[in-house]
Amino acid sequence: MKRMRPSVETIGESDAVAVAQTLAGDRDAFRVLVEKHSRNVHRLAYRMTGNQQDAEEVVQEAFLRAYQKLEQFESRANFGTWVYRIAANYAIDRMRQKKSEESQREQPGRATEEGVEMDLMSTVPDAAPNPERLAQSGQLANHMRRALSELTPAERTAFVMRHWGGSGIEEIAGALKSSTSAAKNTVFRSVQKLRKALEPFVERRGQARAMGTEL
Amino acid sequence: MKHPKEEELIAYHSGEEADRLGIAGHVVDCPECRAELESIDAVLEAITSIAVPDPGEDYGQRVWQQIAPRLPEKRRRWWSFLFAGPKGVNWLTPQRWVAAGAIAALIIAAFLAGRATKHGGVGEVTVAVDQGKVRERILIMAVGEHLGRSEMVLVELANAEPQGAGQKQVNISGEQRRAEDLLEENRLYRQTALEQGDTALAGVLDELERTLLDVAHSPQKPTAAQLEGMRQRIENRGILFKVRVVGKELQQRGESGQMPAAPTGAKENGRKI
Repeated sequence: MKRMRPSVETIGESDAVAVAQTLAGDRDAFRVLVEKHSRNVHRLAYRMTGNQQDAEEVVQEAFLRAYQKLEQFESRANFGTWVYRIAANYAIDRMRQKKSEESQREQPGRATEEGVEMDLMSTVPDAAPNPERLAQSGQLANHMRRALSELTPAERTAFVMRHWGGSGIEEIAGALKSSTSAAKNTVFRSVQKLRKALEPFVERRGQARAMGTEL
Repeated sequence: MKHPKEEELIAYHSGEEADRLGIAGHVVDCPECRAELESIDAVLEAITSIAVPDPGEDYGQRVWQQIAPRLPEKRRRWWSFLFAGPKGVNWLTPQRWVAAGAIAALIIAAFLAGRATKHGGVGEVTVAVDQGKVRERILIMAVGEHLGRSEMVLVELANAEPQGAGQKQVNISGEQRRAEDLLEENRLYRQTALEQGDTALAGVLDELERTLLDVAHSPQKPTAAQLEGMRQRIENRGILFKVRVVGKELQQRGESGQMPAAPTGAKENGRKI
């Protein structure tokens, strides 16, 4: 009567079970959680950091911290949301640290976030194509990345969590370690800054409709 | 209504503004605010359209490979056997569910017993036993039941006889099946006792495990001589006596949460097991 232990893939239907198994000393059970939630955390990390290398680091660090703090995780909570918040916290710290390092050796007005010199005026479109076409061409995408990189880490976190992650104000406040009213202000400031930076490049739907250029 | 502020329009766009109806009504009638809202919408729509590179289907596996060597081992908990058994053992066997169910019932019982204990004066209902004692009590009662079932198997073996006249073999297949089931439970309780530092109880369970293994690996229909050999080995170990003594002591001490001392190899005199 040979009994085989099921693989973690087959027993990992529930996050709660995987968490319990990990806490019980089965380190491999944590793999289920990593494999299930990595891509979602990566999306957040990439949007927050704006580059692949930092995003990878944020993802790995988020899961390492989640493993270390697993005893503090409440079984009723959602593991995905929990690790998402850990990633957001770490990404803020990482961005702040990076900004501080960059500001020490910065030469103003030279390099873009991707390290490629970019003349802002050369990217202004001659005509006013609609946002989708601009995004496709990559020009608007460059402006957007630049605008995002100019937000403070807290603003960028608040914006990403609110407008990409669909997080509520309380969750954002938790990640920012601030009050809900302060978190609400941070979301507002981020949108305000992005508007200011991008409005010249983004036409309104009303205008597009009037010009007949909306897709 | 006066023109809403930019902050209010952004909150309205995000679905957060409290006065949504008021703003909606105003935006319909006010071209200036409508244009403002369209601008917010266009910027947010454009920026949220930025694509994130897909890290690939196997991304989670790659992340695991990167971090796995950096994860320290977590200390096994006393209840870990319910989830993480030894290699080659199905973690959700019926025996484990029986043990889990027994323990769950005992947790509830211990909890209710604790709630029922009132501390005088303030009338406040408090849990009278700390977690450590509850765990010990659970282990004591679960192991007590296990020893009771083991004792029954050993007694039945001691009294097994050929079923018909002229039969030389004895059918012990029923006892063997139960011994196999008890083996796994026994292993789990022994490990738990060891992890708890109860070496005396672990010692008795270790001896019981060897006896159960002996029974499980014997022929299904041993000859009278083979059965007598098995009985002799059981008797030499004094295991039935130890099981009875420890089982009884566990039963008595169940309420106090104290662990029993193992009997010191004494044999039950003048009585065939």
